[in-house]
Amino acid sequence: MPSPKRQLLSGDEAIALAARDTGVALGAGYPGTPSTEILERFSELGGYGQWSPNEKVALEVAIGAAFAGARAMATMKHVGLNVAADPLFTAAYTGVSGGLVVISADDPGMASSQNEQDNRRYAIAAGVPMLEPSDSQEAYDFLLAAFEISERWKLPVILRATTRVCHSYTIVQPRGPDGTPKTPKFERDIRGRVMIPANARPAHRRLRQKLAEIQEWNETCSLNSVVHGGKQLGIITSGISFMHAREAAPDAAVLKLGFTHPLPLKKIAGFAKTVDRCVVIEEGDPYLVDAIRAAGIEVEGKPEMYRFGELDVPRVRRILDQDTSPEPAKPPGKPPQLCDACQYRIVFEALRKRDCIVAGDIGCYTLGVLQPFEAMDSCVCMGASLGVGLGLRHVLPADQARRVVSVIGDSTFVHSGISGLVEMIYNPPPDGHVLIILDNATTAMTGHQEHPGTGRKLDHKPTNKLVLENLARSLGIKRVHVIEPRVGSNEFERVLDECLASRELCVIIARRPCILIVKRLRELEQCECDKKETPCPAI
Amino acid sequence: MPGHLTNVVVAGLGGQGVLKASDILADVALRAGFDVKKSEIKGMSQRGGSVTSDVRFGQAVFSPMVTPGEADYLLVLEPTQVEPHKHYLKPGGTLITPDAVDASLLPNKKTLNVALLGALSAHLPLPEAGWLEALREGFPAEFFDANRQAFLAGRNGQQPPKP
Repeated sequence: MPSPKRQLLSGDEAIALAARDTGVALGAGYPGTPSTEILERFSELGGYGQWSPNEKVALEVAIGAAFAGARAMATMKHVGLNVAADPLFTAAYTGVSGGLVVISADDPGMASSQNEQDNRRYAIAAGVPMLEPSDSQEAYDFLLAAFEISERWKLPVILRATTRVCHSYTIVQPRGPDGTPKTPKFERDIRGRVMIPANARPAHRRLRQKLAEIQEWNETCSLNSVVHGGKQLGIITSGISFMHAREAAPDAAVLKLGFTHPLPLKKIAGFAKTVDRCVVIEEGDPYLVDAIRAAGIEVEGKPEMYRFGELDVPRVRRILDQDTSPEPAKPPGKPPQLCDACQYRIVFEALRKRDCIVAGDIGCYTLGVLQPFEAMDSCVCMGASLGVGLGLRHVLPADQARRVVSVIGDSTFVHSGISGLVEMIYNPPPDGHVLIILDNATTAMTGHQEHPGTGRKLDHKPTNKLVLENLARSLGIKRVHVIEPRVGSNEFERVLDECLASRELCVIIARRPCILIVKRLRELEQCECDKKETPCPAI
Repeated sequence: MPGHLTNVVVAGLGGQGVLKASDILADVALRAGFDVKKSEIKGMSQRGGSVTSDVRFGQAVFSPMVTPGEADYLLVLEPTQVEPHKHYLKPGGTLITPDAVDASLLPNKKTLNVALLGALSAHLPLPEAGWLEALREGFPAEFFDANRQAFLAGRNGQQPPKP
């Protein structure tokens, strides 16, 4: 068989191709920049990729598949792993029968996120092995290695990438499909998988024993490598920082760590001894430098100012020079905004006009915080609009409490707003509450992915549809309004005023497909109608 | 040590085809046998904000990002985006803006990104055949003629590079 062609791929695409080549039976995730393209490409390549309601469910589905002996992966952005942390920590105890890789796509610098948390901390906290690729070839190779490690030690493995790895295009030489994957088969292992305390106590000991073995193995693992250089300067680095460091200091000796938890501390100590000055170059938190120093190895870290934002070549040069002078400010570009024809302009104008206190959420509509609307007062995390809005309602003086509304998008509502809605009916504030669901029939911000409320799967094929108004009514909410926000109609404002005045629990679903997907929706509906035998309703 | 690198920054607004233009450039460099890397920030790109894409090629490329003050070429699709991006250009670097092409020669407004690639191509050591192949494979077949016309309008409107 001829070897597959060299290709220019993004890190995300390389992960998807590796997943296809290594026979991943199931990939589950929730869209989130910069991870979204992994499952989309995996599905295009013929793999089974699915969007789950949120990252926790996605990881649980992947754990189930790995319990069955299959290779499974769960993909998410960094903050998604907060949602999926619960299953991750205990899956480290249960272990898996097949292979399980959790892909965490971090966003240092917050190109498109609400925080820049460093998810390397999760590998330590949960006690799972972690690999960090620094370009697309490594994204491909390391996914394969992650499955080998996962299957050898029967543990979930984190593949931690960052925006500049996920979204940079570099050359990949794929290896091609690596044989027929194992056929899944259920093997009962009650003591290994049912984490009641009597089983979990020995499971924790097993986990620590595995990590000790892995650490020893990692001392000679080929995922860590040395670039030979001068004796004056040595650099210890991982991920994309390796690339910046190679360019900033081409003559330095470099220890490149690809397998970054548990760390090969003997190898690191050996490297540090070979150079006069040893500097750790890492983006984000001082994870490597703290761990290396704690092991009694003398290394230099970076000044605190470089903890914030991404690294690049000039910043690495500055770290090496111990330069803490102010950095040149970047000229401001044009910020994004709600599309000119976006239906939610009407919603934010109405909220602004009434001086509502708006507990917001995460999606395109977070742009309602910008001028000319400035109609959002909080945005914490996915789904927080419900809880935050309710908390405000509970304690604010009545004249303010009655102006509080929660605003959330359809995909975000399904992700983690549903339990907030249950909270609303369980602990209703004295003067009720108003929830506005902006239902544009897609996960717009991340590039228009499907979700359970669209009635279509990741590949846009039809499936069961979650009907938001039915869900709200089934929870016992009496005032459920479905309206279409339109220019020239005052319906939304009228319903909003009624709801605010009612002092009851209200859900307003402002429904209109995102203007950017109208054409695609029409094509999909046409296509679905063509397959039916009954005549098609007019579109 | 890596040899000489060519650093190109492509900038514009969401929806203008910045990322497509940098895809094509990177593909042509790959076809010509260079190591190539391309990096962009696109999370918010569909909402009309600034979009920037860096393309670097040469014998061996490490960082995927172009360092401010080191770009050989800055390709800007929208005049308002010159100011926020001009700090990328090295002293004596080449700025290519929509003024570089005669708009009346374009088959339609959407081909501006390809026309500016044509203008850029006149400066780069990449063969014309590679550009045309990349344009043929990078878009649906029905767009090739229009893109070829736009590319050549941009390419032929430039002074030939100095020997």
